[in-house]
Amino acid sequence: MKSLKTFTRGGVHPEENKFSENAAIEALPLPKQAVIPLGQNLGVPSKPIVKKGDEVKVGQLIAKGEAFISANLHSPVSGKVVKIDDAIDSSGYRRQAIFVDVIDDVWDDSIDTSPTIVRQISLSKQEIIQRIKECGIVGLGGATFPTHVKLMVPDGKKAEYLIINGVECEPYLTSDHRVMLEKGEEMLIGVKILMKALEVEKAVIGIENNKPDAIRHLTELSQAYTGIMVQALKVKYPQGGEKQLIKATVNREVPSGKLPIEVGCVVSNVGTALAVYDAVQKNKPLIERVVTVTGKSVRKPSNFMVRIGTPVTELIAAAQGLPENTGKVINGGPMMGKALTSIDVPITKGSSGILIMKSEDSRRPAPKPCIRCSKCTEVCPMGLEPFLLAKLAKLAIYDKAENEKIMDCIECGSCQFTCPSQLPLLDFLRLGKQRVGLLIRTRK
Amino acid sequence: MNEILLFSLLTLALLGGALSVILYFVAQKFKVIEDPRIDLVDDVLPKANCGGCGYPGCRNFAEVSVKSADQKKNLEGLNCPVGGNDVMKQVAAILGLEVEEKEPMIAVIRCNGSKANSPARIQYDGPASCAFAHSLYAGEGGCQFGCLGLGDCVVSCDFDAIHMNPETGLPVVNDKCVACGACVKACPRGIIELRNKNKKDRRIFVSCVNKEKGGPAKKNCSVACIGCSKCFQVCPYEAITMADNLAYIDYEKCKLCRKCVEVCPTDAIHELNFPPRKPKPEPASEIKTEAGVTAETASRPPKKSAKETNETQE
Repeated sequence: MKSLKTFTRGGVHPEENKFSENAAIEALPLPKQAVIPLGQNLGVPSKPIVKKGDEVKVGQLIAKGEAFISANLHSPVSGKVVKIDDAIDSSGYRRQAIFVDVIDDVWDDSIDTSPTIVRQISLSKQEIIQRIKECGIVGLGGATFPTHVKLMVPDGKKAEYLIINGVECEPYLTSDHRVMLEKGEEMLIGVKILMKALEVEKAVIGIENNKPDAIRHLTELSQAYTGIMVQALKVKYPQGGEKQLIKATVNREVPSGKLPIEVGCVVSNVGTALAVYDAVQKNKPLIERVVTVTGKSVRKPSNFMVRIGTPVTELIAAAQGLPENTGKVINGGPMMGKALTSIDVPITKGSSGILIMKSEDSRRPAPKPCIRCSKCTEVCPMGLEPFLLAKLAKLAIYDKAENEKIMDCIECGSCQFTCPSQLPLLDFLRLGKQRVGLLIRTRK
Repeated sequence: MNEILLFSLLTLALLGGALSVILYFVAQKFKVIEDPRIDLVDDVLPKANCGGCGYPGCRNFAEVSVKSADQKKNLEGLNCPVGGNDVMKQVAAILGLEVEEKEPMIAVIRCNGSKANSPARIQYDGPASCAFAHSLYAGEGGCQFGCLGLGDCVVSCDFDAIHMNPETGLPVVNDKCVACGACVKACPRGIIELRNKNKKDRRIFVSCVNKEKGGPAKKNCSVACIGCSKCFQVCPYEAITMADNLAYIDYEKCKLCRKCVEVCPTDAIHELNFPPRKPKPEPASEIKTEAGVTAETASRPPKKSAKETNETQE
C-alpha cells in the first residue's frame, strides 16, 4: 500500500475526538441582539458608517475597511442600531463594537436568497476580487486575513496552484468537514471562482483521511470541474498550517519569512471558498459561518450555521446547555484556541468552534524543569528550537530570538503539547513573537 | 659548568633588558590616560549596577559624571537614586561642584484591585508572567488596567523591596526601595509610579489607573477611580488633573492637605503614614467603607492606623 502524503518535518497526533462529525449543520435561531466587533480581520479594524438609531437590513454595509489590510463588515441581522460602544471581547479587553437589536429578518434586496445553485461564473477576474472585497470575505480558517488581499498577486509573481485547506487538523472541530459534505457543490464553484481570480489551472483540495466520506464525496463531485484534484492526506497536526499544507500537497517549501506565493501557491480554507461562492454568485456578504460546538461533556455536539454577532451563550444553549463541571470554554480548537473570559462574547468571523472542556481536563499541570529531552525540537513543524525561543522570550533577549527565527513560529502548540515537563513554551513564544514583531515594525 | 650558568644568566639579563626597553616605548605609545576622578567617583557609588540612573552601571555613571563636570560644569540630569543625596554630595565634592538636593522617591503601586475589591471571575492558570498575561487577557477580576498579580515587578527588583501580598494578590513596596525604576519598566500596565517620598513617608495618591468610564470601572472593582472629579474640585492647590475618566495627583504640587481623600466616593485616593484624624461626626461614608472594603484597602486613619495600609513601611 502506498503511504499517504503528509508534511515531513515534525508534527504530532493528538486525540481526534471529532464528536460532532455526523451532526448536520443546523441554522441557529436569530439572537435578540447582535454585537458586531469592529476588529474582525487580521489588519486594521473597520470604520463604522452607521449611527445610533439607524435601521439596518441583513447584509447591509455597516463598517468599512479603509486600510489596505482591512475588511468590510455587514449587518448579520435586520433591526435597529442601538449603540456603537465598547464591548468585552473574548480576551476581556474592551473593543469597539456595533450593537444591533434584532427586528424580523429582512434581507437586503440585492442578495439572492434562493436555494438554486448558480454554476455559471460570469464575472471577470477584477470584478471577482472587487466583489470579494465588497462582501468583506476574510479567511475563515481562523487567521481572518482579508481574502481580496490574498488574491492580489504581487507583480512579478505567478500563482500556479490554489490549495484548498480541508484538513481540519485541530482535534474536535468539524465545521469544515460538514461544509465539504453538505455544501460540496457550492464550495467547488467557490474554488473555481478563486481559480479564475488567481488565473491558475490547478487546484488541490487537501483532506486528511480521517474524513473518508468527505474525500469520496468531493472526489465524485470534482469530476465535473476541470483542474480540481482531491488529495487525501495522512492525519498529522498541524497539517492545516499554510506552509505544512503546501509541503504535503505539492511538495514545495516556503522559505523563511516569505509568503506562499513565493513558491507559486495560494492557500484558502473550504469555509472561505463557500463564502466566496456566496459573495460572487449570490451577492451575499460574509454574515454567517459554520461553528462547531463540542466537547467531551457536551450533551449534543453540533455544527451550527450562526450569524456573526450571536452570543456564545446561545450556541451553548442550543447544544443543550453548559455542562455542570465545565472548566474552560475555548474559542477555537484545543491546540490553538484561546479560553474565553466570558461566554457572553459574540461569534466573530474567525470563530470556527466553541470547545467546552471539563474542569479536570482543562486545568494546566504545574510546569517542571526542562529535562533537555529535545522533544519540542523534534515535533516543531517549522524546524525551530522552542525551548530556546521560549527562554529568550522570557528573558527578553529579543534580538537573539529574532536571529533564531522566532517569527517563523506558526503558534501550532505542538511543542507545548509534547513537552513532558508541561512547560508553557507556546505562551512565551507568543509573547516573544509579539515583542519581536513590534521591534521589527518600529525599525521600519 | 660555571660557563653554562654564566651564559644563561647573561642571555636572560640581556633579553630582559631589551624587552623592557621595548615595553617601555610600547607603553608610552599606547598609554590610556584615564581621569583619576572616575575611580574616585566610582568608589563612592553604591555598586548596585541597577541602571536606575539611566546608565548601564556605576562605572558608566562615574564616567558620565566626570565628563559632564568637565564639559557643562554641572551634574544636571545625573542622579544616583540608590545613593540619594548623600552620595550625590560626595560625587559633587570630588568633582568640585555643588549639587541640588533631590527629593527622595519611592515606587508606588497605583492599584487596589485586591482579591476582595475586584473578585476573580475567572481563573488564570498560565505561566506566572504579567507580560504574557497582559497580552492574553484583561485580568481575573475583569479590569483591563489593574494589577495582574503575577509578580513581574518582584522579579525585576534588585533590592528586595517589593513583594507580593498573598492575601490581597497585590505587590507591596517596603522601605528598601531606592526608586531605581526597574519595576516601573517591568509592569506591562504602567501601574507603578515613582513619587516623592515626602516627610515621614507621607504620601497621597490615586490608587487606580483605570481609564474606563465610572460604570464599567466600578463593575469590576469596588475601589476604582470613577472620574467623578470631586477631588479635582476640592483641591486648593490645583494638584489634581482629570484625564480619561481618571484623576491624577501631581506630587510636586500636592501639599498633603488630605481634602481629596475625604471626598473620594470610592476610596480610590490613598493616604499613607498620616496620624489618625480626629473623629468627625460624619459616619455616612465610613459605614460604606467598612462594609465594602477590607483591611488592606483601608487607608483611612480613623479606622486603621497607617501601619496597616497596603504600603506599610516596614
